[in-house]
Amino acid sequence: MVWGAGNDALGANPAEYLIRATGDWTLRLLCVTLAVTPLRVMFGLPELAKLRRMLGLFSYFYVVLHLLCYSWLDMSFEWGDIAADIAKRPFILVSFSAFVLLTPLALTSFNRAIRRLGAKRWQLLHRLVYAVAVLAVLHFFWMRAGKSNFAEVFVYASVLFALLAWRVVRSSLWQWLFRSGSFTR
Amino acid sequence: MRFNQFWKSSDSGFVHPLSSEITPQVAYAQRRDWLRQMAAGAAGLSMAAWASREAFAQTPSEAVVRPGKLPQLTGAVSRVSGANTMEKVTTYADASSYNNFYEFGTDKSDPAKYAHTLQTKPWSVEVEGLVKKPGRFDLDALLKLSPMEERIYRLRCVEGWSMVIPWVGYSLVELIKRVEPLGSAKYVEFITQADPKTMPGVRSRVLDWPYVEGLRMDEAMHPLTLLSFGMYGEVLPNQNGAPVRLVVPWKYGFKSAKSLVKIRFVEKQPINSWGRSAPQEYGFYSNVNPNVNHPRWSQATERRIGEDGLFAKKRKTLMFNGYEAQVGQLYTGMDLTKLY
Repeated sequence: MVWGAGNDALGANPAEYLIRATGDWTLRLLCVTLAVTPLRVMFGLPELAKLRRMLGLFSYFYVVLHLLCYSWLDMSFEWGDIAADIAKRPFILVSFSAFVLLTPLALTSFNRAIRRLGAKRWQLLHRLVYAVAVLAVLHFFWMRAGKSNFAEVFVYASVLFALLAWRVVRSSLWQWLFRSGSFTR
Repeated sequence: MRFNQFWKSSDSGFVHPLSSEITPQVAYAQRRDWLRQMAAGAAGLSMAAWASREAFAQTPSEAVVRPGKLPQLTGAVSRVSGANTMEKVTTYADASSYNNFYEFGTDKSDPAKYAHTLQTKPWSVEVEGLVKKPGRFDLDALLKLSPMEERIYRLRCVEGWSMVIPWVGYSLVELIKRVEPLGSAKYVEFITQADPKTMPGVRSRVLDWPYVEGLRMDEAMHPLTLLSFGMYGEVLPNQNGAPVRLVVPWKYGFKSAKSLVKIRFVEKQPINSWGRSAPQEYGFYSNVNPNVNHPRWSQATERRIGEDGLFAKKRKTLMFNGYEAQVGQLYTGMDLTKLY
């Protein structure tokens, strides 16, 4: 991307390209981050856990770039216009909420924060990432809605659904509702 | 004298037989020689650049450098009011590689990649409905129907970007006059090519095919409404709507239907494809209007492709895309916030 911007190789509308590319990478990295735990458990690969923080921070890095591209290239840092845009357009509002929710996660990603918060509370806080991922896909869906072009949205939504469904199925509530009953019969 | 179809053949684009409107190659060569002399002169490179820009700005017809990719098709400088903006013309490379033509895919780079399969020969346009003289017009007949003009128009896409494109064609009204619409004809419907064999996007369900657009009769008869066969002094590249398309410069780009196969005169307002797909987002009129926002983005500003730098502030969008003086009176008394 950086090379392309410097060499006029991003097509006719480089601003649009950069905004879309950073958005795409945010979504991809969010999915990869959320895939770490399922893969670790299913394939018994504890060493994957080390990657999770780095991938999560990469997601945040790309969403910051995405927001920066939007605010700068699209809105020229016109704060009044940006505020109006967030209020007026649901798909911008959704994405801005996702960014706001992801920020405390990035801020509490270091070891000392985990210790300070306590593992339980830290984990609870970091479950916000599920909401963030749903909002991010909703943002993407809404963006594509006007052109009824949902193929890619469907791919991300399916991946996300699978990753979240795996967690739901393993959750204690689910186990209590559907498993314990059948075992005690 | 050799006809152009003999010295240039290509499977992308179409071959046309019209010789009377073609600028002799000598004239082109002279213009280029003159520029070359400027460039070689003692004035130096920057001076030459300045001079050539000045020359371009003064004479619209010379603002256009033929890309030399497709058969030549030129027109006389148009005398229609507003038909020759002095703004810098978008490069051919950008205008022919950044297109919305969903019949070839939804990505803006798809048409340039896949439109080479479009069959533009033979081609005819059926004119039907409420007219005295309906009929099928061969492309050859259409090309000869009226003298070709060059029109340099701003093109504003509903997505918030714009270009400046030198089209070649003539006012649609020339065709309308020939077919003699009946008094009951209130609207014109434009139906475009939808061939799943040659247009891969037509197999997808993104829109209902064929792509349909419409204009009110007075809009269709406005001299700025162009039936276009070429751009940049050559026949239209397939990805830009070859061999014949509509260009309505004061409306968002999607109103300018590409690769026309049928023109129908009707009494009721037609339902255009985007209106059918998302009526809350795309109105029938779709006049460029900075005061009426699209539900998902502002229409107040636009990015001029290839010109406004990456970090440049976007330019203000003009009412009716800057053609208010010419077309504003078509809409007096209409609430354009409702009839967007």
